[in-house]
Amino acid sequence: MAAKHKYSVLLPTYNERENLPIIVWLLVKYFSEGNIDYEIIIIDDGSPDGTLEVAKQLQKIYGEKRIVLRPREKKLGLGTAYIHGVKHATGDFVLIMDADMSHHPKFIPQFIEKQLEGDYDVVTGTRYAGDGGVHGWDFKRKLISRGANYIVQVLLRPGVSDSTGSFRLYRKEVLEKLVNSCRSKGYVFQIELIIQARHMGYSVGELPISFVDRVYGESKLGGHEIIEWMKGILYLFATT
Amino acid sequence: MYTYILQIPKLFQWLIGVSLFLSIWLAVLLEYVKLDIVDRNKFTILLLPLYLIIAFGCYSVAVIGYRVATFNNCDEAADELKQQIKEARADLSTKGLKFKDS
Ligand SMILES: Nc1nc2c(ncn2[C@@H]2O[C@H](COP(=O)(O)OP(=O)(O)O)[C@@H](O)[C@H]2O)c(=O)[nH]1
Ligand SMILES: [Mg+2]
Repeated sequence: MAAKHKYSVLLPTYNERENLPIIVWLLVKYFSEGNIDYEIIIIDDGSPDGTLEVAKQLQKIYGEKRIVLRPREKKLGLGTAYIHGVKHATGDFVLIMDADMSHHPKFIPQFIEKQLEGDYDVVTGTRYAGDGGVHGWDFKRKLISRGANYIVQVLLRPGVSDSTGSFRLYRKEVLEKLVNSCRSKGYVFQIELIIQARHMGYSVGELPISFVDRVYGESKLGGHEIIEWMKGILYLFATT
Repeated sequence: MYTYILQIPKLFQWLIGVSLFLSIWLAVLLEYVKLDIVDRNKFTILLLPLYLIIAFGCYSVAVIGYRVATFNNCDEAADELKQQIKEARADLSTKGLKFKDS
């Protein structure tokens, strides 16, 4: 693989004390095996479970060049975590992924290959196409996911099969422009990013990925999230 | 041209589409345009918007149902991950990292 690029991974964490060491270990493994230059930027939002402590231990093990800590005082949300993280990224490409191991680092070499192949500005992971898929989802979760995705396809036509997927590779200056032009929060933030990317004329490639539901900790998908999601979709429907 | 249309918010694209359809539909129904197939199928044309909505609903249910049924289960990926979690924990322990629950 071409050694001329550097890849910055943004890892936003909130209560990921159990997951963080493993995800970092896997990242180091695949980057080293692929002989790829990288840095891992951990953006912890004052997790009460001591995630930052673990992050510091990891920094001791792997060095300050590879593990960069950019913590914030309190929980300020994912969208601003990316804005915060990208400011400190020194790579020319930025990878965004969840720290809960639902996004497996083994796909990173494939993301990179895909990007090089089509000279894409953005490569986005998809659970809904090709060999992509999920693990640990019951019928109800699959129905909600597919239903929500269908509504987005019909109303917003984002042009990608998995617009809420948050495992993505961006050209750094593209991500900088995108995060500054997006106002949504949560899942809707990911959708807005991809819609804006297409409005601004950036090229977007898709890569099938498997999504394994978090092993440690809990994911939140309640009534409140669904209401927020609907408000967000309607906002994008009226404005984009 | 295409990118220009892309810039119009989806809400207005829909409003344009729906009002275009409704005005043609009304013009036909109120006989501003005279067509003899219209006379023979007046009732069908009256109910056309309803039929379209029902058809779209059925299509949507079918598509979502099919996609839920064919959603890939990545069981091997989960097994692989479980294995790697063990490896990672063992390796990190030798490097001096302390896990809470071990
Ligand atoms: N820094 C930061 N990270 C967050 C915040 N909320 C969630 N995260 C992280 O974002 C990722 C996705 O969150 P998760 O709860 O798994 O969302 P889900 O997979 O969509 O249910 C995980 O790595 C979380 O630790 C936040 O407010 N700040
Ligand atoms: Mg998750």
